[in-house]
Amino acid sequence: MHVESKLRKPLITGGKTLHDVSEDICKRVEQKPSLYWYAAMIISNITLIVGAYAVYRTLWDGIGMWGLNKTVMWAWDITNFVWWVGIGHAGTLISAILLLFRQRWRMAINRSAEAMTIFAVICAAMFPLLHMGRLWIGLIWVLPLPNTYGSLWVNFASPLLWDVFAITTYFSVSLVFWYIGLIPDFATIRDRAKKAGRKVSAYIYGGLSFGWDGAAKTWSRYETVSLVLAGLATPLVLSVHTIVSMDFATSVIPGWHTTIFPPYFVAGAIFSGFAMVLTLLIITRKVYNLEDYITIKHLELMNIVIIVTGSIVGIAYLTELFMAWYSGVAYEQYAFYNRVTGPYWWAYWSMMTCNVISPQLFWFKKIRTNIVATFIISIIVNIGMWFERFVIIVTSLHRDYLPSSWAMFYPTIYDLGMYIFTFGLFFTAFLAFSKYFPVINMAEVKSILKHTGEKVKK
Amino acid sequence: MDDKGVKFVIGIYEDEDVLLDAISSVRAKGVNIYEVYSPFPVHGIESRLGYKRSRLSIAAFCFGFLGTCLALTMMIGMTTIDWPMIIGGKDFLPLPVFIPVTFEMTVLLSAFGMVGTFFVISDLKPWGKPKTFDLRSTDDKHVMAIEIEKNNMSEAALKKLLKSNGASEANSKLMDE
Repeated sequence: MHVESKLRKPLITGGKTLHDVSEDICKRVEQKPSLYWYAAMIISNITLIVGAYAVYRTLWDGIGMWGLNKTVMWAWDITNFVWWVGIGHAGTLISAILLLFRQRWRMAINRSAEAMTIFAVICAAMFPLLHMGRLWIGLIWVLPLPNTYGSLWVNFASPLLWDVFAITTYFSVSLVFWYIGLIPDFATIRDRAKKAGRKVSAYIYGGLSFGWDGAAKTWSRYETVSLVLAGLATPLVLSVHTIVSMDFATSVIPGWHTTIFPPYFVAGAIFSGFAMVLTLLIITRKVYNLEDYITIKHLELMNIVIIVTGSIVGIAYLTELFMAWYSGVAYEQYAFYNRVTGPYWWAYWSMMTCNVISPQLFWFKKIRTNIVATFIISIIVNIGMWFERFVIIVTSLHRDYLPSSWAMFYPTIYDLGMYIFTFGLFFTAFLAFSKYFPVINMAEVKSILKHTGEKVKK
Repeated sequence: MDDKGVKFVIGIYEDEDVLLDAISSVRAKGVNIYEVYSPFPVHGIESRLGYKRSRLSIAAFCFGFLGTCLALTMMIGMTTIDWPMIIGGKDFLPLPVFIPVTFEMTVLLSAFGMVGTFFVISDLKPWGKPKTFDLRSTDDKHVMAIEIEKNNMSEAALKKLLKSNGASEANSKLMDE
């Protein structure tokens, strides 16, 4: 029998039984959604439609609709891409790395974090896809397929192509990982629908649950599959943002050409990913009354991850400055001098304030266990992480080697519209998920209930 | 009751630790357990039921190795043999450049191959038919199913045995095979 220290706080409060877990989570799927949900869905759909106009103009008139110019030839598109991919790091990190470390608090949050990952990666993919201009041609050209030019193959030395492989692999493996976890929970919903005589949902969830019956043999294989997938997904998570950082690091632009980029980007990705998980979960737990499953303890642990990764990011910023000075290279020194004091100083200092200073407030227990403070800081962190990418990309480009080609970047409403479009897409998908899918991994929560539920811990 | 189908005795258990002890005592009596169904993974149940460790990790390795080979064959075939080109001053076989794609392909094939194998061997497919002995086995109860014909004991004796080992209920169930 499992024995756990009495000193550890319960991970599930409210004296829940196994049946209560099924009841609490399945009820959201079975009942009509609340008015809040409808309101949120309508706002998300409007956002999506408004943004879709920017996508339409981008496709119809070309990417000349964006504010890019000859000097700043990458700006909001790649900023938004890296931002969304970074957010997409938390889900698989929580379910894979925390599984390997046997952190059981992951069980209440992994389902929605993984869903968030999948939707964030879809949003991220919109930017490189639409930047191709004629994406129906571009989509074929990024794949190593025979063509009528020779064949003239894709360039395997290009980090942009590595990105294609990294992001498609990350997306599909995360999707599989997520779905494997959903199968037993779909079976619970299916059996509840059968019992209540709801034929349509019994049929739909019967299809989704793949004929799962919870046999001990299948559970044993399932556990092996989860463990191996976690082992595979762990280096995969780290590889994705490493490769994203190589889009910059392998170039010869001052401010980009640094070896610190891979670890610095990975830490930043986890940092922003956890911030977005917090933002979403604080709303979800409130709207769906999941306070007994996603407790203050969970929020506190996530806030600790935010302090750790936020501090790594802070050290990386300072290391960049130091290395620029220490390198003795005039171009490198100027790139950073310009970042801190040049025309984009406000972006640099917003980044510093949001990413380095604000998470340090979590050293105070009162702040890291306070829901309102956590919610506000999680949003500040996400704003800061957007500025980080903007600073890296735009300030490194806008003052070219020749002062005659110096330029500023001014976004157009289509740049803004594209960003709004991905927000609409993200929240529409997340709201649909929170209605039709079990938002908490019931099977996993049930497996720890006996050892860490409030009943045994008192 | 008509004679079509296979007759089972099913024991319903509320607690996983009671279930684990019950499995051991029932098996010690020489009773052959058909399968145990649980709403969540119960740790240590495989060894009690005498199941061997899953070999899916071997499948994962094999598929991963296949991914490595495919990726290297593809890249060497395209950039070294079919259309050799010097990019960034590297030679025609720039192995370090191949690392990211090779890694991603290894992970991709390993994950998909293993999950595919898992679905096939466990007979999991869209609209697959579950073996439901009791609808509560995906909610809050553990269900131990014993096939009557495969055992020497009578139905009543089996029920009594399950009850004496902590089952909250012991029922009969006819399943069509």
